[in-house]
Amino acid sequence: MTQRYSRSGSIRPTRQGSERTIWYLMRVTGLALFVLSLSHFLILHVLYDPKDQTAAFIANVRWSSLFWRANDWLFLIVVIIHAVLGIRIVVGDYLKGAVRTAVMTAFYLLGLLLFTYGTIVVVTLPKPTG
Amino acid sequence: MLIRYRGGEGMLAWAFHRISGVAIWVFVTLHIIDIFLAGANPGAYNTVLQVYASPIGRIGETVLGAALLYHSLNGLRIIIMDFWPVFTRYHRQLWYLNWALFTIVGLPVAFIILKPIFGQ
Repeated sequence: MTQRYSRSGSIRPTRQGSERTIWYLMRVTGLALFVLSLSHFLILHVLYDPKDQTAAFIANVRWSSLFWRANDWLFLIVVIIHAVLGIRIVVGDYLKGAVRTAVMTAFYLLGLLLFTYGTIVVVTLPKPTG
Repeated sequence: MLIRYRGGEGMLAWAFHRISGVAIWVFVTLHIIDIFLAGANPGAYNTVLQVYASPIGRIGETVLGAALLYHSLNGLRIIIMDFWPVFTRYHRQLWYLNWALFTIVGLPVAFIILKPIFGQ
């Protein structure tokens, strides 16, 4: 089937397989991020001012409950999936073959590294005192 | 070049989506590292925070918010067209609707973020 209309999204792969799964994953994570990222920005940039968000603020206010720690950990996972798969599309548009594989390997490792750093801080930042 | 190339709204929507996506990538990387510092080295984190709170930091924060809002709205537009192909006929109108929402939501947010620069 030919594509008749101009659009922003890439065309859904017709065959079952990883490309089709990735296509859906990109949209499902995007939808989740519409809620997670905009609520994050609304709370921490509009309702609160970043200038007051010291390390103590994060420990005692933002991450005072398990709910917000879990919320931010979920946000971390979803954003890394969406970002890595998104950059995969961009890299695939400009690079091919071994160069593409090398660049994508670097991005996969960066994604893993960011997941590790984020997980460490969300789990280990001291619970509120007093 | 952008003006002479006859790609129209669809091409611009795509280009802005890509540029904002890469910009958010850069910030998310920075942001995960700075929050990691809040645990590993609170003193260093609080120093980074002063950069975010400076006038230049607030302008950057506004640009980030704009990139995030554009990417979110246009992403929704893509999803709508992908799952209900009939809407691809109205991709221009959807894009203009995006800009209307972007302006209505973005201007008050930008005002709140930038206000402290002017000593309010």
